[in-house]
Amino acid sequence: MNFLPYVVAAWLFVVGLYGIITSRHLIHLIVCLAVVQSSTYVLLLSIGYRTGAGAPIFANVPPGTPAVDPVVQALALTDIVVGATVTALLLALAVQVHKRRGTLDPNRLRSMRG
Amino acid sequence: MSERGRLLLFVAGAAGFAALLLWGLAGLPAFGDYRGPYGDVINASAVAQRHLTNMASAINFDYRGFDTLGEEYILFTAVTGLALLLREIRSEIEEAPRDASPNRDASDRSDALRWFGLMLAGFTNLFGLYVVIHAHLTPGGGFQGGAILGTACLLVYLAIGYRAFRTVSPKVLMDFADATGAGGYALIGLGTLLAGGAFLQNMLPLGQTGDLLSAGTVPVINLVVGLEVSGGFILMFAEFLKETRKPSREKDA
Repeated sequence: MNFLPYVVAAWLFVVGLYGIITSRHLIHLIVCLAVVQSSTYVLLLSIGYRTGAGAPIFANVPPGTPAVDPVVQALALTDIVVGATVTALLLALAVQVHKRRGTLDPNRLRSMRG
Repeated sequence: MSERGRLLLFVAGAAGFAALLLWGLAGLPAFGDYRGPYGDVINASAVAQRHLTNMASAINFDYRGFDTLGEEYILFTAVTGLALLLREIRSEIEEAPRDASPNRDASDRSDALRWFGLMLAGFTNLFGLYVVIHAHLTPGGGFQGGAILGTACLLVYLAIGYRAFRTVSPKVLMDFADATGAGGYALIGLGTLLAGGAFLQNMLPLGQTGDLLSAGTVPVINLVVGLEVSGGFILMFAEFLKETRKPSREKDA
């Protein structure tokens, strides 16, 4: 019984959350959110893994060769696209925050002004 | 709340959360002990059914092609939202885009960066095209290849500068690629409807497994996705890079 990949996924999630909570810079905070999201890639791909199986690509191996689950791989692709777009939008918001308030420290952005 | 209080609250919450998470994960099949059935069904039947060899592409662009349409529109909406978010201040400065940040000036680039970057941009571009058109055969696809094509243009920015970046990826063309790619996917679906099939049903000739022209609509969909993703990524890069311009009004004030 090997659960190490699941522990890695849980660790990435929690350590990313810790980074978000203690962040002093919005860019750092956005990267921490990306770390939280990367835990889902690890989790998805570990769920579909089969010991000794190859990639679900039958270009050079005959169909029927043991392969890992392609469904979670397709899900991970969607996950990555969503992650990239969320990161891009948050970075754009950070640019706007810096323009309006002159700082990227969340602690100095407490009071919301119009 | 003080920073210390916030941290203590987080530690308590995270400990509870981690315990629940690990408890839940412990209930999963052990790592390497995949039990199926969906992955196995795809692996067993997709090659014969759809004449393609990349199973992830079979799911993304055929069996669950409708979901990927939504996925593509997530990216399209994000690019639109990004352009909207970063529009305001730029519209106040009416001047041609140029490299103005002192540490990004072209004269600061070493010959090594310039030549190696340009060389790499060519190879990266070719590799991106390869990944897009071989979506149904080998690992890759429109999303991955599009991102690589975007990177190739970013390498031109690194090697020469903003103007060269805009020359190799003119805004009009990238807007066109982004929109055509997004609309093209939906049009392929409408086309299959008009031809009498279901939305995004794979109706083109399947061809010989392993050929570049095989797997019916899968390579066609990947082409439009690659167009959309490369256009979208380059537009996003351009929006962020424009933010590095020195506003002329501030300089005057």
